[in-house]
Amino acid sequence: MGDRVLLLVGTKKGAFIVESDEARRTWTIRGPSAEGWPIQDVSYDRESGALYAGGGSSWYGPTVFRSADLGETWSQSSAGLTYGDDGPKIKNVWSVTPAHGRVYAGVQDAGLFRSDDQGQTWQHVEGLTNHPSRPSWQPGAGGLILHSIVPHPTDPDRMWVAISAVGTFETTDGGKTWEARNKGVRADFIPGPPPETGMCVHKLVMAPDEPDHLYQQNHCGVYRTFDGGRNWEEITHNLPNDFGFPMVAHPRDPKVAWTIPHSSPEAGRYMPNGAAAVWRTEDGGDSWIRGDEGLPQENAWFNVLREAMGRDDLDPVGIYFGTSTGQLWASADAGRTWSCITTTLPPIWSVDAARISD
Amino acid sequence: MATVHLPSSLALVVPELPKIATVEGSTVAEVVAALDERWPGVGDRVLDAGPTIRRHINVFVDGEPAALDTAVGDASVVHVIPAVAGGAGERS
Repeated sequence: MGDRVLLLVGTKKGAFIVESDEARRTWTIRGPSAEGWPIQDVSYDRESGALYAGGGSSWYGPTVFRSADLGETWSQSSAGLTYGDDGPKIKNVWSVTPAHGRVYAGVQDAGLFRSDDQGQTWQHVEGLTNHPSRPSWQPGAGGLILHSIVPHPTDPDRMWVAISAVGTFETTDGGKTWEARNKGVRADFIPGPPPETGMCVHKLVMAPDEPDHLYQQNHCGVYRTFDGGRNWEEITHNLPNDFGFPMVAHPRDPKVAWTIPHSSPEAGRYMPNGAAAVWRTEDGGDSWIRGDEGLPQENAWFNVLREAMGRDDLDPVGIYFGTSTGQLWASADAGRTWSCITTTLPPIWSVDAARISD
Repeated sequence: MATVHLPSSLALVVPELPKIATVEGSTVAEVVAALDERWPGVGDRVLDAGPTIRRHINVFVDGEPAALDTAVGDASVVHVIPAVAGGAGERS
């Protein structure tokens, strides 16, 4: 029996599990789960086989759901997910990332929490909140959010996180201390020389060759770094615009990554000219190739949010994205040709993929 | 023992939470703490940091709007009700 591919879809009204086989031609949809709560991010923990979903209810607050049976049943807990009774109220959970036997949650207002017991209880990673730049942190349009959590693949003490509109930070001591990693990144909305923080990073991802090789889609361009973010180099090049939200890195080829440029932030934030396209680089960001076969080339006035593009690890790689209008799109050939899985989901906020071997 | 009416939507995320519970407590805060002790997680869903009652959760004691320090009597009836407002959701 072959492997199964599960798309983990977070929406404004619950999580959905969209399933296929390795061919990735036909799909079945399960959901909504997580009791219809707004879900910002769904992740698969390869070590335990569990799913984690982060979100927040307007009535019942932020929490992290966990499913041990691939989304059939869920439990939730936010025990310890607090800055304390005197601190700011946590509005939402924006990202959940399992790594090294732990689970990390990025929240709004921006901060990082860690669970050592599979999401039953949470501890504040205070070192990030204690960064000297914290008093100057300002929100982006989506709020002051910690949206990207990029663990080192082998060193549990090393990790990068990204916050809008603050920038990228790295820890090398398990979260006790953090350093800003934004040199070379534009912040066009701040006059004068670039500050140490204040950058509006939209999505941070790691290339598969070495941990210091990262990509980011920013409010102001697309970037790469080969030294863990100490120096960033802009690689926007021939993309139709420097503004976009999601970004995905290839699971094996460090020179391949995907992004979805949008129209300018003050001009709609949708597909440029209403023509949908996913752009990929095959040379590490020196140039970009438009992939639009099968995608609507007129009246595509949707957007694709920062967590709403994901990939599997098959060969060829499957790329998936969800839209603000509830469409879920799939490509089984690394973004060259596309087909629509469904047009009828709630507004999609996150898409990830997991390969399940039975 | 106060009688507490709980929303069915809360029971969806708190295992075995009944729609009507009877618990000890001389204030709303004590009633919520008693609920949380028997059904762990209720407190985090009803209360925000502060602690305060969450913005879109309304609590009534004997039909009157209540705060955490509102007195609860042995024969009191407490209602925990999600507000009509609150369903908009945010994302950009």
